[in-house]
Amino acid sequence: MRVSDQIAFLAPRRSVLDRREAIIADLADLLPPGCLVSDIRGLVPFETDAFIAYRQLPLAVTLPETTAQVAAVLKYCGRYGIPVVPRGAGTSLCGGAIPQEDAVVIGLSKMTRILDIDLANRTATVEAGVTNINISEAVMPEGFFYAPDPSSQLACTIGGNIGMNSGGAHCLKYGVTTNNLLGVKMVLFDGTIIELGGKALDAAGYDLLGLICGSEGQLGIVTEATVRLLARPEGARPVLFGFSSSEEAGACVAEVIGAGIIPVAIEFMDKPAISICEAFAKAGYPMDVEALLIVEVEGSEAEMEATLTSIIEIARRHGVTTIRESQSATEAALIWKGRKSAFGATGRIADYICMDGTVPLSQLSHVLRKTGEIVARYGLRVANVFHAGDGNMHPLILYNINDPEDAARAEQAGNDILRLCVDAGGCLTGEHGVGIEKRDLMLHQFSQADLDQQMAARAAFDPQWIMNPSKVFPLEGRPAA
Amino acid sequence: MTVDFEPQSEEEAAEIVRAVAERSARLKLVGGGMRGIVADVAADAVLSTRRLCGIVSYNPAEMTMSALSGTPVSEIEAVLTERRQMLAFEPMDPRGILGLTGEPTIGGVFAANVSGPRRLSAGAARDHLLGIRFVNGEGAVIKSGGRVMKNVTGLDLVKLLAGSHGTLGLLTEVTFKVLPLPPASATVVLSDLNDAEAAGAMARVMAMPYEVSAAAHLPESVRGRFLGGALPDGPATVLRLEGLTATVSARAEKLAQACSVAGPVAVLEDGASRKLWREIRDVAPYADGTERALWCISIAPTSGHQLVAALRLETGVDAFYDWQGGRVWLRMEADPEAALIRRFIKALGGGHARLIRASAAMRAATPVFEPEAPAVAALSARVREKFDPKGIFNPGLMG
Repeated sequence: MRVSDQIAFLAPRRSVLDRREAIIADLADLLPPGCLVSDIRGLVPFETDAFIAYRQLPLAVTLPETTAQVAAVLKYCGRYGIPVVPRGAGTSLCGGAIPQEDAVVIGLSKMTRILDIDLANRTATVEAGVTNINISEAVMPEGFFYAPDPSSQLACTIGGNIGMNSGGAHCLKYGVTTNNLLGVKMVLFDGTIIELGGKALDAAGYDLLGLICGSEGQLGIVTEATVRLLARPEGARPVLFGFSSSEEAGACVAEVIGAGIIPVAIEFMDKPAISICEAFAKAGYPMDVEALLIVEVEGSEAEMEATLTSIIEIARRHGVTTIRESQSATEAALIWKGRKSAFGATGRIADYICMDGTVPLSQLSHVLRKTGEIVARYGLRVANVFHAGDGNMHPLILYNINDPEDAARAEQAGNDILRLCVDAGGCLTGEHGVGIEKRDLMLHQFSQADLDQQMAARAAFDPQWIMNPSKVFPLEGRPAA
Repeated sequence: MTVDFEPQSEEEAAEIVRAVAERSARLKLVGGGMRGIVADVAADAVLSTRRLCGIVSYNPAEMTMSALSGTPVSEIEAVLTERRQMLAFEPMDPRGILGLTGEPTIGGVFAANVSGPRRLSAGAARDHLLGIRFVNGEGAVIKSGGRVMKNVTGLDLVKLLAGSHGTLGLLTEVTFKVLPLPPASATVVLSDLNDAEAAGAMARVMAMPYEVSAAAHLPESVRGRFLGGALPDGPATVLRLEGLTATVSARAEKLAQACSVAGPVAVLEDGASRKLWREIRDVAPYADGTERALWCISIAPTSGHQLVAALRLETGVDAFYDWQGGRVWLRMEADPEAALIRRFIKALGGGHARLIRASAAMRAATPVFEPEAPAVAALSARVREKFDPKGIFNPGLMG
């Protein structure tokens, strides 16, 4: 089943595999009918996520309907030392939801109720399986929205967003999940149910909520979340800026931010990304440019005009060749459709690995140029489409998954690019997570002492290391069980 | 306060911590001498960060700054102001309410997660903290986070250490996000609303697209103590707008128009607006030179006034509201009444109350921090044990 030979998982626990039938029977007793999957055909959809380079069938998949059922399954697994892999919609790009042979998957796809919408306090409380877009849609008629907007927002769940601390294009102004999360109900490895935070802006005690957000399913399973809602701006307008080189576009981004202008979003696409997205979405992107910025401004007409005027002035200094303002809501929607479907559209023409390093803005042009050189050295192609305003890069390395040599080269190129990001003062992952994909690069960013401290914190939640145990931390250097 | 250790480098700090841990002694961590809530920590020795001082790097174009933890906030703000930037979470200066003369440090601000009025729109101190270096209870130097805006690499120890009041580690260096200083500020003042009406008005305003950056309600009992009594008569519900000069006045006009159905409306221009919010930030009405018990309460915004109303039936309190009503500054006329306040908060859907000021005797008899639910308290204790196995840092603080 294994496609990539580069990624090791923990050796399956023999004691668990040997009891497979008994475990399945016990789980069936804990759950209502229709909430347990154990036949091979039924398990196949759970064998991977959006990081398709690795596949593995789990021991079983549970699909609980309530927090109490999640707690029952976790209590059982905790008691018998059975690994657990939490799963939202399975859209992880770093393998965060990929199971292992001896693991019980806990999928939250049946927990999709919106529990409370409190517009006066601007909060929504939802079950973990509610999709990101559902929250915004539920409050749109009243003029509110939920800010973090990952490209997979039609499918990805709020539970998964919390697990990975997901971002999105509009995070430049509004922050990522951790900045918009007020409270959770969650289940610990031993079935204990705890509640953290709530409708108040600050919670008491340690910021466990902040630690859980982005913990990649290793500290527990979130079953309910209270998130912050925001009032929709008066207006919003994406504008396209075309440049004759990526360097110029990158320098323009750094100068806009440096001038104290913070648009809602600044998205970058290079020529390959433009053609891929345009072919798919017909968004009207200019085809005669080497690099494109989508800059979104918002507010009243006057505010948008004032901000745009300043940005245009800066763009001209950097040799902008095309400026195109969206003239209607339909056009604006198309511009975003093109951007948000970039990964899917790329998947139509080639297999790809998506990198996610973040670099300081002053390094943007340098890292873009170096990325091109690295990929060329491996004889591969790259499309760059990313959140430029906060330096969060997404080079898509194109390759052929059926050619093992090609795949190995792509993986090596990816690792080189991530090292480049760290060496430029950045980090391995800005919003997708470590998962299995970047796990073995962690020591490039952290010292063993740094990782030891993180693993110690992890052990306060999960002393037996049963929660998503093969992810995030290199398999070597872990504390003895 | 006698200080036993004043390390001048991270290395020296780590050595001190290792030596203290070896003796299993207990260490009180302080910044620039803000007595605050750590005053009551009983320890064998005091370590001050004030000589871990200085801005390590500042890149205005990337909107980030790194500073050693003992750097005075005033020094950081002076450097930022020169480049027209700011700490957007608007940390308060607690010297007025605590009657202190020390120098708040940037490490202290993050260790206590101190946020002011703009927390409502721009996030808390913890939301702006990008990276940290700290010494854990075993004397190991640990780093977490970095200097980029988006970073999900590994567990977010940055958030955990923010607001941990020096109980998990000794912060040695902090890297944080800074934002452009808004060129203009204006405040719409809506007069004559009672607490409940004000809560409703603030909720309606926050649902409008005018980007109100801060919303507070100043009841009649405190109104006269702001701006030297220059606010219009009656309780004042104040709504701040910030941004480019032209757009701020346009938004102020629209907002004033929208509010005018609720009562008399006035607009404070730039200077007065900035002064008012500094006073709200620093809790000016209760900087009264007394030790009367002062609580800072965090609760759902629409519940703040209900809490105060319920308390008034039982005891003597004075209060005003920030964060759309969700932060209540509450001064007790007599005893702190911790149990009563916390029971009412629970009944109103949850939140927490922290005792900011009280006489030494009252502090000794009152849990300063909100007690947590048993399962959460147990988890927090396990976390603490993983950072400071021998319990050397600020013993007794935070559970």
